[in-house]
Amino acid sequence: MEWLQLSPDEWTAVRLSIWVASWATAASLPFGILVAYALARWSFPGKAFLNGLVHLPLILPPVVTGYLLLLAFGRRGPLGQFFETVFGLVFSFRWTGAALAGAVMAFPLMVRAIRLSIEAVDPRLEQAAGTLGAPPAFIFATVTLPLALPGIIAGTILAFAKAMGEFGATITFVSNIPGQTQTLPSAIYTFTQVPGGDAGAMRLTLIAVAVAMAALVASEILARRVLRRMEGA
Amino acid sequence: MSLEVALRHKLGAFALDIAFSSPGGLTALFGPSGSGKTSVIDMIGGLMRPESGRISTDGRVLVDTATDTFLPAHKRRIGYVFQDARLFPHLTVRQNLTYGRRFVAGAERYGDFDETVALLGIGHLLDRRPAKLSGGEKQRIAIGRALIASPRLILMDEPLASLDDARKAEIVPFIERLRDEARVPIVYVSHSVAEVARLASDIVVLDRGRVSAAGPARDILAGLDLLPGAAGDEGGSRLLLNFARLDAQSGLSLFQSPAGNWHLPPSAHRPGDRVTVFVKASDILLATKPLEGISALNVFSGRVTALRPTRAHEILVDLDCNGDLLTARITRHSAERLGLFEGMAVQAIVKTVRLKES
Repeated sequence: MEWLQLSPDEWTAVRLSIWVASWATAASLPFGILVAYALARWSFPGKAFLNGLVHLPLILPPVVTGYLLLLAFGRRGPLGQFFETVFGLVFSFRWTGAALAGAVMAFPLMVRAIRLSIEAVDPRLEQAAGTLGAPPAFIFATVTLPLALPGIIAGTILAFAKAMGEFGATITFVSNIPGQTQTLPSAIYTFTQVPGGDAGAMRLTLIAVAVAMAALVASEILARRVLRRMEGA
Repeated sequence: MSLEVALRHKLGAFALDIAFSSPGGLTALFGPSGSGKTSVIDMIGGLMRPESGRISTDGRVLVDTATDTFLPAHKRRIGYVFQDARLFPHLTVRQNLTYGRRFVAGAERYGDFDETVALLGIGHLLDRRPAKLSGGEKQRIAIGRALIASPRLILMDEPLASLDDARKAEIVPFIERLRDEARVPIVYVSHSVAEVARLASDIVVLDRGRVSAAGPARDILAGLDLLPGAAGDEGGSRLLLNFARLDAQSGLSLFQSPAGNWHLPPSAHRPGDRVTVFVKASDILLATKPLEGISALNVFSGRVTALRPTRAHEILVDLDCNGDLLTARITRHSAERLGLFEGMAVQAIVKTVRLKES
């Protein structure tokens, strides 16, 4: 079993991937819920456009998405300059850029799952909360969100898994720098490009499979627990 | 408390155009399905915006399209008991009940939690979630939830419609108590004459979006024959009887009212219990002389106070039986044959009495 032992560099790639995917998911979740709620419940001009924009990364070649990110969020890109001067946040060739690429690529999956579950919340329950004196924000927090929780959990975990596995946009946008932007998929890709890299590629592949499986099982268990609670004990 | 409503609104097949006021107590909005009843209380509760109109309670304007005023539902303090209960499935019964409490200032709270729970008999359900409760249990919790939020007015949309008779019997006495203790005025939507006859202190009859009659319950119930539509055959009188005793010989329950003694099927009442009964206008026969040898047990002497023509061949006869007011519906032909006139002494033979348990 010697060959299963991860080298320090491989460990770094695994840790970085989990770090990047966690940030990608956590930072995009509030926006994901907001956009999903807007698409599910509001009607406003430009709704179809927003819907299209959100789903674009799902159908565009990932390389194209990565290149667009590079144009917009690169050091000389308009958004890149904005974030650097206002927040001191730099994306290009940093792990933050990898997180951004992962978040953008995972966003459609997240929004889709959350939107479906918000649409399934009976608006008449929200009305009932209103007649009890609850203001809209309180209704959202105490009725809409908890009832949409299974979908939010599913969307979050799906997004995490997607961000963890993001390759095309990431490598285009922030390249493949070990310890900085070399996530699990990039590391696997690197192994396949060098002679004798098969064992390393296989080790990281097993880890990728294990993480994905764990995420799916966790989401299933969490969603079931929420459902059981709602079906009444 | 008073409620003033004047609304115009286009509703699919017809236009809603109504105005009524409620002096408090329990005001029933009565009419066949699709007459616009639910839309009216949705507008009172703030769930629907009228195209034009004005709604106010005690001079507080909730909606006035002339001044572009629209108070959102959560600022109205108007409770709403929905036909389908609409309990929050992810919260326990206790959390459902207390949901609205935090939005009411302490001084304005009157819906005491423990008292309401005891009154509704839902203490054993507090830690459960709504999904597996029976319809009657859910509806009692929905009423409790609205009440504990201490609203200024409660709207009830056919709260009994989805329940069987046994479940209805669980809830009706509670609504009666709410009405009688006069803690909070209620606007009650129903298409059931039996419910309205038992519960309402005032009635507004709706027909295809318009008010076809409005006033104190007794007047409206007596005149239901005059109305078009489904309510036509259901008119009658509501009376309050006192239980006297279970008659050992006949096995029947003996009740008393100003009109006299009433013999009703045996029931488990205690002396002093008061019950409301409803006598349909078509269930009363009239005779000009005391009768002998008839099977009917409930025969009362009274005087004709009014003769009201109704449909082509029928007439409504209002009777005063020593203070109890009854309305009979007979054919014009019979009225002429008997030579009825106002002030004439007659015998009212009551064929069927619908007992409304309380």
